Amino acid sequence: MEFTLSEQAEQFRSEIKRILREVGTAEVIDRQHQTGTFNSLEVNRALAASGLLERACPGLGRGDPIELWILFNELDKSGVGYDGISVALLAAGVINHVGSDLQKQTVIPSILSGETLVSLGYSEPDHGSDVASITTRAVRDGDEWVIDGAKMWTSLAHEAQWILLLTRTDPDVPKHKGLTMFLLPMDTPGISIEPVRTMGSERTNATFYDNVRVGSECVLGEVNGGWRTMGVALAFERGVMGGTASGVSLVRHFHHWARGTGLLDEPIVRERLARIAIDNVVASLLTQKAAWIAASGGLPGLEGSMVKVFATEAYQKAAAWCQQMAGPAGLLHFHEPGAAAEGYVDYDARHAPVTTIYGGTSEVNRNNIAERHLGFPKAR
Amino acid sequence: MDLSLSDDQRAIRDVFADFFTKESPVSIARAAEPLGFDDVLWTRLLETGAAGMAVPEDHGGAAATLSELIVVAEELGRAIAPVPLIEHLVASRLHPEPDIVAGQGIATVALRPADADGVWRLVPGGAVADVVVGVDGNDLIAVRSDPPGRAPRNHACAPLADRPARAGRSGRSSAEVERTVIGPASALAPALDEWRTLTAAALVGIADAALAIGVDYVKVRKQFGVPIASFQAVQHAMADLPILIEGARLLTHKAAWAGDRARAGLRGTIDIDDNEIDDYPTLAGMAIVFAGQAAAHATDRSLHFHGGYGYAQEYDIQLYYRRARGWALVLGDPSTECLGVAERLFGPATAPATGR
Ligand SMILES: Cc1cc2nc3c(=O)[nH]c(=O)nc-3n(C[C@H](O)[C@H](O)[C@H](O)COP(=O)(O)OP(=O)(O)OC[C@H]3O[C@@H](n4cnc5c(N)ncnc54)[C@H](O)[C@@H]3O)c2cc1C
Repeated sequence: MEFTLSEQAEQFRSEIKRILREVGTAEVIDRQHQTGTFNSLEVNRALAASGLLERACPGLGRGDPIELWILFNELDKSGVGYDGISVALLAAGVINHVGSDLQKQTVIPSILSGETLVSLGYSEPDHGSDVASITTRAVRDGDEWVIDGAKMWTSLAHEAQWILLLTRTDPDVPKHKGLTMFLLPMDTPGISIEPVRTMGSERTNATFYDNVRVGSECVLGEVNGGWRTMGVALAFERGVMGGTASGVSLVRHFHHWARGTGLLDEPIVRERLARIAIDNVVASLLTQKAAWIAASGGLPGLEGSMVKVFATEAYQKAAAWCQQMAGPAGLLHFHEPGAAAEGYVDYDARHAPVTTIYGGTSEVNRNNIAERHLGFPKAR
Repeated sequence: MDLSLSDDQRAIRDVFADFFTKESPVSIARAAEPLGFDDVLWTRLLETGAAGMAVPEDHGGAAATLSELIVVAEELGRAIAPVPLIEHLVASRLHPEPDIVAGQGIATVALRPADADGVWRLVPGGAVADVVVGVDGNDLIAVRSDPPGRAPRNHACAPLADRPARAGRSGRSSAEVERTVIGPASALAPALDEWRTLTAAALVGIADAALAIGVDYVKVRKQFGVPIASFQAVQHAMADLPILIEGARLLTHKAAWAGDRARAGLRGTIDIDDNEIDDYPTLAGMAIVFAGQAAAHATDRSLHFHGGYGYAQEYDIQLYYRRARGWALVLGDPSTECLGVAERLFGPATAPATGR
């Protein structure tokens, strides 16, 4: 094994670091926490302007495949929210895999320019983990499709120009066989959005589809082939498009603060921080492996599940430890005097719980590993 | 960046996977208890050239890199082979005398300095090694003396023993103890990191074997009319294991890679703020902690899902369970290892601990 980055990849990394230092300022991060929208157009634009989004896009990137990992790893570590970039690049990867020429020509360039965001409309009020059971209907009407239903947790729908919408097109066949994915403009008449607030400050949405009429050019992949499209999308989402290095900024914020208070001299604090640091290194290595596979044209369906379970559960342990070690100061929000690590300890403790839920819960990912890797019978 | 095995690593793995599968099925480890050493297996192993693998060519060795040696160590762990090869590889680099390079003499390394009485306590491989390399006072020394040939009965059935660092200790006359100063005490540190890295690799092998045994068992064992592998509680606990094992394997490989770079004179970086850590001692400490945890957990879950049979001597999983702990703990408490890692990541503690 060889762990040195190529010179090209090193350059790519320093370029990203430079841009994030320039545009990912404390004010930008603060605004994200205030608004709950963890996306900043100026960051996306700056990365796009240097061609960095294009270089890392799965299936399109012309750089070293490890650049996909580098991009998201640097974003993760920086503390700048990048939900918009991850979903947009994921969508670009999916469109590139299964999309029509028209979709590739119209949507991908606007994504890679940093101007356009995509949201993911899979989950519904009554169907989350069992996403293949969704009931939002798309019915053919002449040359058009008519879509009716409701989605839940449609993050960034209030900012996005496009949505990947999972619908049921054939209710009379087994659930996985009657699904179709659409790629719709968010301004299509009949779509409405309501905000949903969360414990971790993040704003997400409930979205509603009322007699939404679109042409067949909006079908992404095959009609009734939506489950295959989902497979591609989930393989990119888990462990590849970031979210596996949250423990890094937590340790950074915590140890600088703990040095100031003297806490960093305590053996129990040192031992725990070392254990968190070990998990961070392991999460990074597992992520590199998954991202490498995705960027080289494969689908890391299994590796992504593995790193997602590991990294998010390690992050939760780390966030809980840091909050405990900080004591009452670990309860205080940003901008409160005396807040541990300027409020990051409290923030990470509020944010960590969602990481084992969205993008496929730990249980769903363990089912995946049990069935696909260990060859165990389906438990459901 | 390439996270797959190199061609050389693959070739070495194939040779040793084959060797241990043929020559050291688990019945060999079982039969070697309680001493934990099989001299026939050791003799066979010499035919592969393993004994001199770590030694530079000018001393008659094969000059294998640490990245290559860990591949051997993982296969050794998978077979829980009753031979102190890891200790021998580490000691042979420090003291490449001809009989050691050839493997006629077995060498080992004392992981902690000799105590005030001049005795190295519970040296791994100490029950059978002809030469012990270790620290006594300010010196790193090699001591040749007759091995006791027996070990105190212990958890892992490992060939541990107390060994004299000086003449007249443990009831030996000076004629029986031949002592050579190799260097300053500080020269042991890189060797200990080699031991950590190689042992981490062996623990990955143990964990992987335990997973395979557990997976096979739960697919066959039926309760309530179905294989127990169909119960989600069983599935989920087992699903964690390949994650820990793959993580430990990658970390061990990274430590070995850093070790080879350090030997070539390259210094690694430690940037905790950026999670950029390629410093060898830091990674070696991380690897033994994480691989130790992975092996302890994998053997624990695998044993547990055997039900009562897992606890029975007749079943093999208990052999792996005990070695997963014993092979790692000869070094000491993993929490102490973590404090060593913290020292490199954050610098020394600046004030005395309050004992909170
Ligand atoms: C902040 C946030 C943002 C999100 N963003 C998006 C988005 O942009 N787009 C989108 O489509 N979705 C999004 N989601 C939805 C997310 O993917 C779902 O929450 C997730 O898939 C779980 O579904 P659920 O919430 O309906 O929980 P449920 O499926 O009801 O699960 C409840 C519990 O039961 C467990 N469980 C369920 N099935 C099994 C099983 N087979 N075996 C064992 N345990 C099981 C789960 O693991 C979980 O612990 C977001 C969620 C949140 C909280």
